[in-house]
Amino acid sequence: MSIDTETARRVAKLARIQVPEDDLPELAQEFGAILDFVEQLAEVDVDGVEPMTSVTPQRLKRRDDVVTDGNQQEAVLANAPDAREGFFAVPKVVE
Amino acid sequence: MSNLNNMTIAAARDALRKGEVTAVELTESCLSQIEQADALGAFVHKTPEIALEQAKAADARGHDGADLNGIPLGIKDLFCTKGVPTQAASGILDGFKPEYESTVTNQLFNAGAVMLGKLNMDEFAMGSSNETSVYGNAVNPWRRSGDEAYLTPGGSSGGSAAAVAADLCLGATGTDTGGSIRQPAAFTGITGIKPTYGRVSRWGIVAFASSLDQAGPMTKDVRDAAILLGAMSGHDPKDSTSADLPVPDFEAMLTGDIRGKTIGIPKEYRMEGTPEAIEKLWEDGTAMLKDAGAKIVDISLPHTKYALPAYYVIAPAEASSNLARYDGVRFGHRAKLDAGDGITEMYEKTRAEGFGDEVKRRVMVGTYVLSAGFYDAYYNRARKVRALIKRDFEAVFADGIDAILTPATPSAAFGLGEMIDADPIQMYLNDVFTVTVNLAGLPGISVPTGVDKDGLPLGLQLIGRPWEEGDLLNTAYALEQAAQFVAKPARWW
Repeated sequence: MSIDTETARRVAKLARIQVPEDDLPELAQEFGAILDFVEQLAEVDVDGVEPMTSVTPQRLKRRDDVVTDGNQQEAVLANAPDAREGFFAVPKVVE
Repeated sequence: MSNLNNMTIAAARDALRKGEVTAVELTESCLSQIEQADALGAFVHKTPEIALEQAKAADARGHDGADLNGIPLGIKDLFCTKGVPTQAASGILDGFKPEYESTVTNQLFNAGAVMLGKLNMDEFAMGSSNETSVYGNAVNPWRRSGDEAYLTPGGSSGGSAAAVAADLCLGATGTDTGGSIRQPAAFTGITGIKPTYGRVSRWGIVAFASSLDQAGPMTKDVRDAAILLGAMSGHDPKDSTSADLPVPDFEAMLTGDIRGKTIGIPKEYRMEGTPEAIEKLWEDGTAMLKDAGAKIVDISLPHTKYALPAYYVIAPAEASSNLARYDGVRFGHRAKLDAGDGITEMYEKTRAEGFGDEVKRRVMVGTYVLSAGFYDAYYNRARKVRALIKRDFEAVFADGIDAILTPATPSAAFGLGEMIDADPIQMYLNDVFTVTVNLAGLPGISVPTGVDKDGLPLGLQLIGRPWEEGDLLNTAYALEQAAQFVAKPARWW
């Protein structure tokens, strides 16, 4: 399956990864090769097969809906590239 | 006692209990070896102060208790270790020091284990040669005879494999999403087990593909794998997919008696282009299990061929979702921004700078297969094929098969840089024998059983029934005893 440069650009945008314009053709080609490889899946008869959702058959456990952790502002912010006054700081989002 | 670092976990445990050695002596022996082994690129964050402190505490506690008390281990960089750099070998986690401990390392430390440092790996565990690491390559301690070329230790747990094979530590943790414990174990002549999905908590392990990821031990022999797996396993309320099942005493199950067991040999694993040495290894292994009293049965796992393509839809899809968290806001790297850059530019530049090429490729492939219009054709179809692959295994187990014997890898360790011009698919083929096991959530173990004409180690894989790691380890133990693999790499580092 061939992927065009425009599709590669769109996927890079969706993935929020900046890709220089010059690199897009090669990227498109690599996508194409990987998608060609996975194209074999079309040969398999999957009629009536449910997509696998759980690796091992088990019910998810439930617990009481109560606070189990918290009051860790300092630890939460400790690794932030830019934290100020108890918040994560980011470039201006709203004009 | 010299060369304490060469000991197995079991031998060191027994010597510690008898008072023949101290945890500090063991730890110092490993630390001194690590200092001389920078050429292997195995340890990427060394933690000698922590190690010695833990060793002293272990000696102070005495040695009547836990198996791992005072045992020096290496920890793959994927495990969050409190206050110690944890980067998943990625530039995007540069400087990240977790504020918490992963459940696995927490259990190991509670059992008295000593952490020597963090081990090299492929970036976010994506790779089969340890060449995608931001730290640079890990190098296989093994070389082809008469050849000084550097070989890959495999990946993604390449640093773990190199460290154990070179006796820099007594054992190491690894993780396995498509073969990342078993392939490096085979390439370096050590033992590695990926347990049943849910046996070991994933909490605090940097996520790659959550429905496939499992942690497991990488050790010098099967007994050590049993000991270390026992310490890593168990239910964890913080991982909703961790199984609330009792953990058996795996070591106690190592009798070596496999009489009456039925071993399946799957015909679909006879692949075109497999080297003769690996065909022969497989035949020899089959004969060994037969001589040990097992019944050998030819079986069919008809959807094997589709495992790799299904994996290369599902794993990137899950990765694209898991790696969305690396946004330059909460931890790790943030790109320097130009005037006028907004939050979108911050995301895009941060991720472009922080991720390596293979990670970017997989995140974007995952984004594509999950995008509107392609979700059904790729992602849902791959999940249906995955269900069929799992069904193949269920069918043979229902027919009375106890374990399945296959090669672990399609080749011996290859040279670093050898695959650089190959397309990504060539590298993906490394996982052809191991990836089915992750898709089906089964336990699989790689055991070294021979060497090729260049003197490089080769491994066989045994695949077991879900939750029956004890039985699987025992079959592996029987194979190990029959194979008598004792070769070690000649020291050059």
